[in-house]
Amino acid sequence: MNFHRAKTLLLAAVALCFVISLVLKNNQSYWLYVSYDIGINIILAVSLNLINGYTGQFSLGHAGFMAMGAYTAAVITNQFTGSNPALAGAIFLGALFAGGLAAAAGGLIVGIPTLRLRGDYLAIVTLGFGEIIRVILQNIDAVGGPRGYSVMHSWTNFFWTFGIAAVTIYVILALVHSTYGRGFIAVQDDEIAASAVGINPTRYKVTAFVVGAFFAGIAGGLYAHAKSFISPDGFGFMKSIEIVVMVILGGMGNTPGVILAAVLLTLLPVGLDNLGDIQSLPGISADHPLSWVKDTRMVIYSLLLIVLMLTRPQGLFVFKKRTTA
Amino acid sequence: MTEFLQQLINGLADGSILALIALGYTMVYGILRFINFAHGDVFMIGAFAGFYLTPKIAAFLPTPSIWAGVVVMALSMALCAVLGIIIERFAYRPLRRSPKLAVLITAIGVSLFLEYAGQLFFGAAPRSFPQIIPVKPITGIPGLTINTSQIVVLVVTILLLIVLRFIVLKTKIGMAMRALSFNPEAAALMGVNTDVVISFTFGLGSALAAAAGILYAVNFPAIDPLMGVLPGLKAFCAAVLGGIGNLPGAALGGLIIGIVETFVGGSELSTYRDAIAFAILILILLIKPSGLLGKKDIEKV
Amino acid sequence: MSLKLDKTTIKFGGLTAVSAFDLTIDQNELVGLIGPNGAGKTTVFNLITGVYQPTDGGIVFDGQSLVGQKPHQITRHGIARTFQNIRLFPSLTVFDNVRAAFHLRLCCDVRHALWRGRGFSNEEKEIAASVLELLEIFHLGKFRDAMAKSLSYGDQRRLEIVRALATRPKLLLLDEPAAGMNPNEKTELMRLIQFVKDRFQISILLVEHDMQVVMGICRRIAVLDYGVKIAEGTPAEIRANPKVIAAYLGEEVKTPNAGN
Repeated sequence: MNFHRAKTLLLAAVALCFVISLVLKNNQSYWLYVSYDIGINIILAVSLNLINGYTGQFSLGHAGFMAMGAYTAAVITNQFTGSNPALAGAIFLGALFAGGLAAAAGGLIVGIPTLRLRGDYLAIVTLGFGEIIRVILQNIDAVGGPRGYSVMHSWTNFFWTFGIAAVTIYVILALVHSTYGRGFIAVQDDEIAASAVGINPTRYKVTAFVVGAFFAGIAGGLYAHAKSFISPDGFGFMKSIEIVVMVILGGMGNTPGVILAAVLLTLLPVGLDNLGDIQSLPGISADHPLSWVKDTRMVIYSLLLIVLMLTRPQGLFVFKKRTTA
Repeated sequence: MTEFLQQLINGLADGSILALIALGYTMVYGILRFINFAHGDVFMIGAFAGFYLTPKIAAFLPTPSIWAGVVVMALSMALCAVLGIIIERFAYRPLRRSPKLAVLITAIGVSLFLEYAGQLFFGAAPRSFPQIIPVKPITGIPGLTINTSQIVVLVVTILLLIVLRFIVLKTKIGMAMRALSFNPEAAALMGVNTDVVISFTFGLGSALAAAAGILYAVNFPAIDPLMGVLPGLKAFCAAVLGGIGNLPGAALGGLIIGIVETFVGGSELSTYRDAIAFAILILILLIKPSGLLGKKDIEKV
Repeated sequence: MSLKLDKTTIKFGGLTAVSAFDLTIDQNELVGLIGPNGAGKTTVFNLITGVYQPTDGGIVFDGQSLVGQKPHQITRHGIARTFQNIRLFPSLTVFDNVRAAFHLRLCCDVRHALWRGRGFSNEEKEIAASVLELLEIFHLGKFRDAMAKSLSYGDQRRLEIVRALATRPKLLLLDEPAAGMNPNEKTELMRLIQFVKDRFQISILLVEHDMQVVMGICRRIAVLDYGVKIAEGTPAEIRANPKVIAAYLGEEVKTPNAGN
């Protein structure tokens, strides 16, 4: 990818998001809120892809970073009671950034002890960290503990969500598609060979965690200001697993695939929910056969996961063609 | 002092249940080097099996009674052994040659499936587990509140551990299990039927998890489809603490976590109780990754 | 440049894999390390490159001790290696395998990759040109976009050497490069190793089983048996050394009245 063109594309994308946001200024529709979920999940999946997909560190605690970012950003913005829109924008950006930094610190704390661990162990430890963060948040009464925390300002909109998603995608891709970035993949492929060519596996693994966590934190901040209410339970390992499934489905280390998977997997439960509510359409009775879909949504989801791994473990959306010598 | 004893007994009971589950994890990991994420949910199925079997058994045997308890537990263990074997055969075996990540994700899928199918068929609300054995408080020791159910946990766990030890050390299949855990290829070359031994291991581990499920339900009669999640994770931490792949280690790890957890639960830090197992996990991986009783693994370059 | 192993020892539990090993390699030398299977040759490599830490003795490279340093740090000092079982990066192309090795020479990794300014694009262009140049020297240029694993065995070995050279080493360790090769390929390899030494002006330490290759190109050879150096000298000296012969072939057993 051409260096200058990438930056121009990014700026264009962000500008477009800004324009769309102005156009949709007073729109409150259900689907707009669904789109925020899509954007947030894109950020989460793409950032996790750096850790899991490119660097090969199997992290099951991404939701913990999200939680750190969400609470940090919410606490900061809740201190602000004015209504100056320009100031609001600046404060929001600052709060999101602070949330990202808090989560990045979390990434550092998780990344360093887990360096020597492989595969399954790493998965459980990262899951453990996620749980520890959840339990700690449940014990902080200042942010509501288990009862949750109210977020005063619902500042998340199309611009912030998709603008930041565009930045996330740019950063991850720019990072990986450089000589420096080849190091991530080298570390995943063969740590020992990577060391032998001067690559420091520790530094790459920690970098992956920190950068991945940073964006997860920002996604958390966006989430908090979209839902207006956050609680520790919403950031449990079920959430982490949801994000992991997006990365697996999209193909580890395949950013376009992961984005597509994030979109699809966000829409899937929404679609199933709406399908289940189909009795609200005239002429269809409440006993319509598809109403069971809503209840079995998670069962279908888990079966899909099993079937996917049994049949196409490299992911659904792997488009890369491999050339042979 | 009585406070301490009280917590100790509670902790031992809690730890015994974790130990039984941990044994299943460690056996499977020892042979296949893979964490069976769905194992905690087999624990849950065991409890529900007991829940649905008890009324049927009540037609033949007086409940609550020791015999009813034994029969329910045996049937539940058998059922879950079969479940474990089926899961291995259809979800894990096809992926034996695939990268580890694939089977890990599949295990997560199986786990989610059991949980949500459970919610669908058993209902998400907690159910009350029927009394299958007589639960009476034990009086006589002032200050201590012990129930017969806690004694049952300890006794049954010890019995099962003895049986397990016998199987692993004194039977042919036990020897095959040990051989596989050291070197699968060599074992296969020596005529060990790998598939059968692996199936047996899953069955055995699942049976122990089922026993743990019944014992848990006898002590804490509220059961629900997601009850296996946290105990499953904690039991895995226990297995790692003791040294993954090491059976006495898993039992030891379970007891330690059970006791520490109970003491924390009785102290000012009680709301952090659920995080203790993970904190211990992280600590042991930092200090001695091979676990308390485990040996180091060396990679050849 | 000089590498000096001084009574280097490593014990794994009760087993002494390498015992009081002395070896010096100077500028522009081609040294061979041979010995029967399990003698500890690859262990010596692992000691030099920091994969293992010696339990006793020292390793000094250009005046600096390598003991306690991590493998990637040792590579930065100027020691590169290849592996017994070729360790290329299977997810990367031939081009990227070599490119990854240029990581050492990046001036400002992360910042540049993100900002993508003029500095970055110049550096990347330079690196791409250097990678291609290296690949061309070894006739691998045409495979640049192929996946590393899709190359023939001989080409993979060459690629691994190219990748090691990309780190601009002063000393190159080759671990059994002739393994699995037919006689023609071995002759090619001998020429290649000689070429690498002359073209890049580096020293080479070669572990090899094939006597034809070792005797053919090494100026000096050290012999290991059960972790102990039993001989060192020119190819001719080594060939005639009774201890070396005994190590490989065993001792002659004289049975009484058997009439041999």
